[in-house]
Amino acid sequence: MAVRIQREDFDAGAEMARLRAGRADVGAIASFVGVVRDTNAGSRVGAMTLEHYPGMTEKSIQSIIEEAASRWRIFDAVVIHRIGELLPRDQIVLVAVSGSHRGEAFAACEFIMDYLKTRAPFWKKEQTPEGARWVDARVSDDAAAARWDAPAAGTGSGA
Amino acid sequence: MRVRLLYFASIREQLGCAAESLELPAGITTVGALLEHLMLRGGAWREALAQTRVLRVAINQDMAEPGRTLSGGDEVAFFPPVTGG
Repeated sequence: MAVRIQREDFDAGAEMARLRAGRADVGAIASFVGVVRDTNAGSRVGAMTLEHYPGMTEKSIQSIIEEAASRWRIFDAVVIHRIGELLPRDQIVLVAVSGSHRGEAFAACEFIMDYLKTRAPFWKKEQTPEGARWVDARVSDDAAAARWDAPAAGTGSGA
Repeated sequence: MRVRLLYFASIREQLGCAAESLELPAGITTVGALLEHLMLRGGAWREALAQTRVLRVAINQDMAEPGRTLSGGDEVAFFPPVTGG
């Protein structure tokens, strides 16, 4: 289980290769990559700055991964989140999970991403033609995370 | 008791302060009481910290409710809802 907060870009393929390196029991690797869009809430986004709370960020993501590992049988997981100045088309975040079968890998990956969006202390500030603005938290993100609260949380959908 | 306070994102910008170390007067023992104490500074402090709907609090890097009791040496952070990912 690895958590990395970094300014540099990442290579999703290399990270996924690492999840199955040297082991023949991995049957599934599910991954998600978040990317900076050039539009948000009706405005052009020229650039974005990501701020975080060093220490709490790593700790909260680690505990989200542990929660995922307690809910689904997964072998390993890696979460990489970038900070600092990012431009449209830049990768922001990677979540990749390995397991025996796709169902648990998909579910754990989506769960980690949904919880990261609502619990890990990152904040985005966008540069738009109208000026700089902090991105507002979205109710839909809370709803996505709340789906997993149900005792019979399934394999996830939507988002 | 002395606590370390951290402010992030829009809250940090509104306050013009990222971090401080503060000796609390006797009687300030909860997050809620600390907030009221800080709001007595007036101006941006009153405005930014009154937004209880969007203000989040963490104690020693764990999310906390206003009723939580403070201990000497605690790291208390104030920030808006998170928007990473």
